[in-house]
Amino acid sequence: MTQNGWKELGLIAGLVVIAAFVPIMTDGYWLTIAVTAMMYIALATAWTLFSGPTHYISLATGAFFGVGGYLVATGMSDHDISFWTMAAVAPLVAVALAALVGAATLRLSGIYFVIFTLGLAEMIRGLVSWVQNNFLGSRGLYVLTDFTEAHIYWMLLGVAAIVYLIGWLIERSKLGFALKIIGNDEGVAKHLGINTAAAKVMLFMITGYFTALVGVIIAPRYSYIEPNLVFSPELSFMVVIMALLGGTQRLWGPIIGVIPFILLWETITVSFPYSTTLFLGLSFLLIVYFIPNGVVGLIEKFWKRRDA
Amino acid sequence: MNRRKMLSRLSTALATVGTASLLTFSALASDTVKIGAVAPKTGPLAGGATVTQWPTVDLWVAQVNERGGLKLKDGQKKIELIAYDDKTNPGEHIKAVQRLATQDEVDFIVAPYGTGFNIAAAPIYAKYGYPQIAVSAITDKIGELTERYPSLFFTLGSTTAFVEGVRDVLTGLRDKGEIGNKIAMVNVADAFGIELAEVARPIFKEAGFELVYDKSYPLGTPDLSPIVKGAKASNPDAFVAWSYPPDTFGLTEQSIIEDFSPKAFYTAVATCFPAYAGKFGSKINNNLGAGGVNPDTPKMKAYRDAHKEVTGKDADYWASANTYVSLQILEQAIEGVGELDREKVTAYIKANTFDTIMGDISFDNQNSNKFWTVGQWQDGVFRGVASVNVEGAVPVRLKDGWK
Amino acid sequence: MDILISGLLLGGTYALIAMGLNLQYGVARIMNLANGEMLVLGALAAFWMYSVAELSPLVTMIVIAPVAFAGNWLIYQLLLRPLVKRAKTSGQLEVDSILATFGMSFALVGIMVAIHGEYFTYSFLASPFDILGTTVALNRLVAFLVAAVIGVGLVLWLNYTRPGTAVRAVSVNTEAAKLVGINVPRVSAIAFALGGAVTVVGGTLISTFITLDASIGVIFTMKALIIVIMGGVGDIRGSIIAAILLGLVETAVATLIDPGLTLVAAYVIFLGILLFRPQGLFGKRAS
Repeated sequence: MTQNGWKELGLIAGLVVIAAFVPIMTDGYWLTIAVTAMMYIALATAWTLFSGPTHYISLATGAFFGVGGYLVATGMSDHDISFWTMAAVAPLVAVALAALVGAATLRLSGIYFVIFTLGLAEMIRGLVSWVQNNFLGSRGLYVLTDFTEAHIYWMLLGVAAIVYLIGWLIERSKLGFALKIIGNDEGVAKHLGINTAAAKVMLFMITGYFTALVGVIIAPRYSYIEPNLVFSPELSFMVVIMALLGGTQRLWGPIIGVIPFILLWETITVSFPYSTTLFLGLSFLLIVYFIPNGVVGLIEKFWKRRDA
Repeated sequence: MNRRKMLSRLSTALATVGTASLLTFSALASDTVKIGAVAPKTGPLAGGATVTQWPTVDLWVAQVNERGGLKLKDGQKKIELIAYDDKTNPGEHIKAVQRLATQDEVDFIVAPYGTGFNIAAAPIYAKYGYPQIAVSAITDKIGELTERYPSLFFTLGSTTAFVEGVRDVLTGLRDKGEIGNKIAMVNVADAFGIELAEVARPIFKEAGFELVYDKSYPLGTPDLSPIVKGAKASNPDAFVAWSYPPDTFGLTEQSIIEDFSPKAFYTAVATCFPAYAGKFGSKINNNLGAGGVNPDTPKMKAYRDAHKEVTGKDADYWASANTYVSLQILEQAIEGVGELDREKVTAYIKANTFDTIMGDISFDNQNSNKFWTVGQWQDGVFRGVASVNVEGAVPVRLKDGWK
Repeated sequence: MDILISGLLLGGTYALIAMGLNLQYGVARIMNLANGEMLVLGALAAFWMYSVAELSPLVTMIVIAPVAFAGNWLIYQLLLRPLVKRAKTSGQLEVDSILATFGMSFALVGIMVAIHGEYFTYSFLASPFDILGTTVALNRLVAFLVAAVIGVGLVLWLNYTRPGTAVRAVSVNTEAAKLVGINVPRVSAIAFALGGAVTVVGGTLISTFITLDASIGVIFTMKALIIVIMGGVGDIRGSIIAAILLGLVETAVATLIDPGLTLVAAYVIFLGILLFRPQGLFGKRAS
């Protein structure tokens, strides 16, 4: 187990190093795809960090991502605060939000949590738009920086790597052990004296932090922030789908879910530029029917068969 | 799309994904000029883009190809249009523009639809030297943005100019003694709506107007009746709504129902859509809205007729024409240079004056300061009543109930 | 008074959005993320028939309801039934149905964009109507009345007829329903189809007073989910009451405080209900 753990970490570290060279090999189309993929890898890994062990399907990605992107934009264009200051502040706001939401809703059972987090992005968007409209004012939310796609890619890679490392550490900590028990049977966990609520909220806060950080990093790429585009319910769903496609039983599941998904997406876009949405939808359906346990499930099935 | 092209697209895709290498794949010989276009076909902005952007692009391509293609030094070449849906998602948009630039290797790209998308895509246009003649992008940062991106051009004006257009229309009416100085203002609480309201508050006050009602509503509000009731109760002389398409329709309908008809009634985006008149018929006579055209010039008439004939739809009374103008500029610049050298075409755009359906257009610091700001529905046609440097504005009329 | 009447009408609209999903989620256990798209499909049908054949949306509504029923029945049998059979736990079914119906919602958007990519906007019964001194839009009033008829009809059907009782039984406990000899797959399919038909009918009515477009469905899905959860999963009365509550609160906030806060107010109520009655207004406490 421990040895396997180190092997896993080594493998991932190797991948990170290799991935770091992508912008040197290409700076055009493939880098753009790599940025998109890396964004989803970071988001989906952060998502799995919380949702994997707890089995809560969180649709709060859009809310946290939006908080990150929106705060950077409003800080930079309305209050002349530097990108880096906002990059430090925005994720903390998301953490506070996660703590609040987590404390309020994580004692609810699964489905209520799903729906609440789904509404969260809308609610936060409504709130910040109203505050901005009535108190702060805005002359348009511009995030003009000199970052190139390569810079953004490296930052995202860094975030993804840190999230993974944290996940790896948690898995091997008391918190991770507690979470595993909670995931299997919350009643048992409570009997063992585990503070289940605190453990879940804690994890949700970590997810919130990194999701917002991704929003922060993506903001300069979007350059002009429209609240209804960053507080995006669709993003929340996409992340869940990619994570589930990969498989949430393993922390590395999302990574191998995202990459084929992005390539599939690209193939569809190129092949059917006039009806991308339709064919994307059909491909989701095919995935559900034919890869029920995600890519991880496929791989493990394959391994089992080989071992047998 | 014919089958051969479809197959070649498919094989391109498979090859790209399969080999994951940097093969440059030129599926077709360069006997055409490849023009790319990325804009929403789905998502929140799709409803606008399918009225304003896509049909005009299709029309332009059809017209150029019908006359034999673009005249270049080495003969005439037809246009091959490569279009992608950005799903109203900036990430998708960036990806699609990259794809056009480096995989499809298009010669030119039609500028995006929407302010945010134009700004988000600008670095890529700049990187590969594509001239970007932005139309559906209204911002107060034109100076800063054009300085940053040397191949970015603006054609539809600034936020402040839009608000000033409304102010001028209202002051004109007030100075004639036709309205008082009470304005009820509402705005959609989203990027452009918030920005317009923010810009408008001091401008209206400076002009001596009093804001008797000033509220926002969230994007996608299903029932706008409380807002209209509130505005009506404030008994204003003019109603100004910085609205997006669905709420432009909603506010108007609700005002008809509440019989709220101040002498000046302004709604912003989509008032100029033919569907607006289609929905409300003669009731919206003398309604004010963002945009406008002068539909009486022979060139504009010819454009509108061709739009109807080729795409089967009416052009809108604002940015459809500007979109066509931007394509005319591109067309004339390419033909003026006589080759597909993007740097030369960009320089040509900066240096020359273009003969378009909106008259002569030239750029000063990459900004063509020639656009309509306010239009009014007058007997079934949405005519420009206020503009910056465009001729042909007609006098403003007073609204006289919903009939 | 203004607030009460306008709020009730808005509540009627919300009930139209949510009742169908309640049947689908409460009985057939399918968390249908394509619910909003189904609604927009109804709107598109009404708009299309109106612009092409000048057919009244009310006629379209009557014509389209059985079509929608059949269509949703097929969707359930062909696409969702295999997932139900495959799922070992309710969690698994939830995940699968989220993924599958999300895919469906994309596919539906794709189809609708191909049919009509612009706004669905037309005018039908957009005239004032006076109730007790409050002016309301006739089209909203009609929608409210139809919502009331559907709502009352569903409640009566569920509570006073044999098939309705079977549906309720499945909604309360699938296993027990099986034991007493209820054909659960059939009842589920009927509930899903009926839910789809109600949603499509809602769409045709809503299109008369809200401007929609092909991509707007997700907004309605979210509203519907929130109302269903607020009211209690599987209880149609709960959904109706939650819808009316939401309508009243939004209108009150818009009129008395600030229209900018309606969305926020809606979620605050939702959160409040979740915190104090996690099972929803009418829900049974989960074991």
